[in-house]
Amino acid sequence: MLAESIALSALLFVIGVVGVLTRRNAIIVFMCVELMLNAVNLTFIAFGRVYGYGAQAIVIFVMTVAAAEAAVGLAIVIAIFRHRQTVDLDSINLLKG
Amino acid sequence: MIAPALQAAALAAAPHPLSGTAADWVWALPLFPLAGFLVNAALAVVAVARPGPADPSADRHSAPDATAAGEDVAGHGPGAGDADAPPPARHRFASVVSLVGPLAVGLAFALACAIFAAMARVHPTTPFVQTYFHWIPAGDLQVNAAFQLDQLSLTLVLVITGVGALIHLFSVAYMGDDPGYARYFAYLNLFVFFMLVLVLGASYPVMFVGWEGVGLCSYLLIGFWYADRANADAGKKAFIVNRIGDFGFLIAMFLLFVQLGTLDYTGVLAAAPGGLEAGGPVVTVICLFLLLGCAGKSAQIPLYVWLPDAMAGPTPVSALIHAATMVTAGVYLVVRSGLLFAMAPAASLTVAVMGAVTALFAATIGLKQWDIKKVLAYSTISQLGFMFMAVGAGAYVAGIFHLVTHAFFKALLFLGAGSVIHAMHAAYHATHSHEDAQDMRNMGGLRARMPVTWILMWIATLAIAGVPLFAGFFSKDEILGTIFDRAGGSILRDAHWLGIPGGVVLYAIYGMGLVAAFLTAVYMTRLMLYTFHGQNRTGEAARPHLHEAPWLMTGPLLVLGALSAVGGFLNTPAFLPIGPAETLARWLDPVVGPATALIAAGAPGDADPRRGLLLSLIAAAVAATGIVVAVVRLGRSAPVRAGAAPETGIESVLAHRYYVDEAYDRGIVRPLLAFSNRVLWQGVDGLIDGLVTLGARVWVWFGGIGSALQTGRVGTYAWALVVGALVVLAITIR
Repeated sequence: MLAESIALSALLFVIGVVGVLTRRNAIIVFMCVELMLNAVNLTFIAFGRVYGYGAQAIVIFVMTVAAAEAAVGLAIVIAIFRHRQTVDLDSINLLKG
Repeated sequence: MIAPALQAAALAAAPHPLSGTAADWVWALPLFPLAGFLVNAALAVVAVARPGPADPSADRHSAPDATAAGEDVAGHGPGAGDADAPPPARHRFASVVSLVGPLAVGLAFALACAIFAAMARVHPTTPFVQTYFHWIPAGDLQVNAAFQLDQLSLTLVLVITGVGALIHLFSVAYMGDDPGYARYFAYLNLFVFFMLVLVLGASYPVMFVGWEGVGLCSYLLIGFWYADRANADAGKKAFIVNRIGDFGFLIAMFLLFVQLGTLDYTGVLAAAPGGLEAGGPVVTVICLFLLLGCAGKSAQIPLYVWLPDAMAGPTPVSALIHAATMVTAGVYLVVRSGLLFAMAPAASLTVAVMGAVTALFAATIGLKQWDIKKVLAYSTISQLGFMFMAVGAGAYVAGIFHLVTHAFFKALLFLGAGSVIHAMHAAYHATHSHEDAQDMRNMGGLRARMPVTWILMWIATLAIAGVPLFAGFFSKDEILGTIFDRAGGSILRDAHWLGIPGGVVLYAIYGMGLVAAFLTAVYMTRLMLYTFHGQNRTGEAARPHLHEAPWLMTGPLLVLGALSAVGGFLNTPAFLPIGPAETLARWLDPVVGPATALIAAGAPGDADPRRGLLLSLIAAAVAATGIVVAVVRLGRSAPVRAGAAPETGIESVLAHRYYVDEAYDRGIVRPLLAFSNRVLWQGVDGLIDGLVTLGARVWVWFGGIGSALQTGRVGTYAWALVVGALVVLAITIR
């Protein structure tokens, strides 16, 4: 049971990573980040079943942070869109010094 | 002030006979002028910092012998002699400065007299050393800040503070109208401070501090009217030429330390006989490097060229620094190192030859100079040559004796010349003339206008020419007589100089000395004739304005005149039945006795007193002949006007000072400049610059790579993050 759960969460995580790396739309990259977080959540739950439920408490934290992150992140995306009429990450290089 | 522990240790060893007397106050000697310097410097700075309505620099009036422009300030018009120019402005703090400056040196002189009284009572045979603190404790090298009081240093202290105080007094009147009055006295006091450190220092490094300090003050005072380019250049020249000499002094110190492990005078004296091979190459090299230092400071060939240019400074400065005190530091150094020189006969002979050549060389130049101060400058070089002849021949007492008498009569000559220049300048100033106030061709007949200066200048002239019973006669006669004795029997006679037997060299030096003495009489009489006698050539308009100097200037002249007249009786020869004989010789014996005895070893017992008398008569005859020749040759003829009838032949060579400055310029200065320009600047400097630029370029290139990585796109960073995480995982999970 544990091995399957780990394999699934690894799969989900890799999908998330690949999405973050390859997609150019900020919304989709954002959703992929959520996918990675949830893959980690799945790992916590699976391990929690074996080693005690303490780990599941972490999941609540992660979900809370993810919700906050979603709120802030989406707000930023909207702000950028208003500014530039695009959410294509390749055309946004404000971090360049 | 005195580190108690050190002092206690010194006392515990053996209480010196001088401790408990006024000599304990030796540390205060240099502190008086130092305090004077601080006060005057503060006043000078304050006066410049807060220019008020009374700011003297607002309308500048340069001092007498200035062709100089104003100072400390811009904004004065070119017409200093304009009819509507305001009267000369005095310094804001002139009264305070006039009090502090001379008083600082006067107090030091008073203290020196008190110490002299104590020392004359005790007459100690060992030096009185007062240690204050460890100055350079570095491994084997232990140098203490310490002063040494013995008969030699006290003699010099008395001359420096005594003549110095007189010259300070003279300066009060002479420089009174100068806007840089406070600055002038600050420098002058600082000079006296450093000069006292020079002669009081108990070791070579402490002496070197004073040595450099007086060099600094000399530079500052030569360039006192620095707004004029020529004056500033003269200061720089003096400073740079002196650096060459200082290099020699430093090398000599290094060698001394390597060989003997100590730099204290007492330590060197104790260690030298065992640590150095007498007559060996090491001690000879040490002495020759010391001599290089002396040649720089005391303006001997080949480094004399700075002294004539140093006349760009105010005339009292020429009197104090460039005639009476600082330039004699080289003589003092040789006497102080007398034992070393006595152990190196070849070096001693070099000293004597250098002195003799310089004495003769400078005297011939002095024959054809028209600037009154230039004549005196070359005269000073020539007289310093006499001192070096003396100390080179091991006549240390005679050298110091001539140093003292020379300080009297040369200070008098310079101050007298200053008085003349003061009058000339005032006259030309009043008539808005732009004639040269220092050119003897513009003087003549001043006897009637300035009788006091005239008489006193004649006393000094007779003294320097060596007319019997005046100061210079005894000292110069003793120098020549001792050289003659040394040629008859001494370790110098048995030594060789460049393959020539020492006896021959010494006789040649004696001959050159006689010729130089003759020339001295000639050029000094020429100076007097052209300045004070004959028709006045100042000009109809300026003539009524020529006046005797104020009493504040003639007063010090009177004192110096008295000293020039009777100073010779400090050390009369034994064969002349006038007064107590050889006072100075007995006084200095504890210091210079061992070295003199070493050098005079092998002399035939008692010299025939008749020979001494004969030598004296020869010297006197030479002086008299010189004066007569000058009067006969020049007495009736008026000198040519400036610029008329250029000299030809040898006269032209003399007037151009043997073209030495030109030769140095062609042979040393310009090649050095060209080398610096072409090789060092454009070559070596270019290479180094290229290397530095290359290094910078490499790092710019690396930086470019790093900069290219920063795309600013989140995607790139995410890729880097993932790759990095994978690498870390690959390393940690095996």
